[in-house]
Amino acid sequence: MKKLFASLFIAAAVSAAPAAHAVQPDEIMVDPAKEARARDLSRELRCMVCQNQSIDDSDAPLARDLRLLVRERIASGDSDSQVIDFLVARYGEFVLLKPRFSPHTLLLWLLPPLALVGGGLALCFYSRRRSNTGNATDPSLLHLTEEEEAKLERLLAADAPDKKT
Amino acid sequence: MSAPITSDQPRSRRWLVALPLIGFIAIAGLLLLRLYGGDPSRIPSALIGRPAPQTTLPALDGLVHNGIPVPGLDPAVFKGKVSVVNVWASWCVPCHDEAPLLTALARDTRLQIIGINYKDSPDNARRFLGRYGNPFTVVGVDGNGRGSIEWGVYGVPETFVVGRDGTIRYKLVGPVTPANLDSVLKVEIEKALHGS
Repeated sequence: MKKLFASLFIAAAVSAAPAAHAVQPDEIMVDPAKEARARDLSRELRCMVCQNQSIDDSDAPLARDLRLLVRERIASGDSDSQVIDFLVARYGEFVLLKPRFSPHTLLLWLLPPLALVGGGLALCFYSRRRSNTGNATDPSLLHLTEEEEAKLERLLAADAPDKKT
Repeated sequence: MSAPITSDQPRSRRWLVALPLIGFIAIAGLLLLRLYGGDPSRIPSALIGRPAPQTTLPALDGLVHNGIPVPGLDPAVFKGKVSVVNVWASWCVPCHDEAPLLTALARDTRLQIIGINYKDSPDNARRFLGRYGNPFTVVGVDGNGRGSIEWGVYGVPETFVVGRDGTIRYKLVGPVTPANLDSVLKVEIEKALHGS
């Protein structure tokens, strides 16, 4: 019973623990709606120092500076896209964890669906051709020719007396 | 009667069998190329070809050159002269390595070297310049790092080449070294000097 309680407690503690975030209490905005916007934006922005973390996750000083900057701009009435544009103008599109859909990223966005559709089509054609060739087999090949029948008869006849002896 | 069973596939489409192999070799080749394709942490600046940020930064208190206080950064300073903008801090170890090279570069009178002192204490910054010599004609103090964000800086040291017209021509991420000074930075400076 004790063990059960202990394991339940650990499970509850683990599931209840919030995901680790780098946002410090002093950064959080008073307005919860604006703070939620800031969090959503921060998750989309790359920390240029750690590169594979968002500024929401990163403990790097620059990430903190950028989190504060994002909140400042939201507080001063910027829209989400204005905040994003502000950072893209300074750090380039590399700052976006999710690349924009634009002419120079067409290949990036369209390659996976194209590969999927292309592979599906190839598979489709292949299986169709296989079943087609199966149906198209010359029916005469399914039956033995007279010559073969005669040969088979001879072999069976030769086999039968052997077994008797 | 023993007619060989032949594939009804036309000969011309046989090469399709090699397609997966060709695809694999192409992708493997691309990955191998990118694996040795330079340092991925060095991100090209989005500001190349754009005007230098219109950010004013205060002067470093108590810093004097030939008895005259060294001014802070006013964006008007970029007009008319090729500039090398160096973002540095006394706490940044590679900055100590590149400082003597910048001091040597400052002897070239065709250009001006401008410093942005990133998140530093004034005392340490002055001590740093006292130790290695001051190559900067202008030093802007960026105490909270906000000015450097305008420059798209993501780690010190970073060095920019700004043309006479005030547009950013080149950005070097990481320290100036004896190797890249001659092979890269001086080449970019010459380009800026001979450009418009």
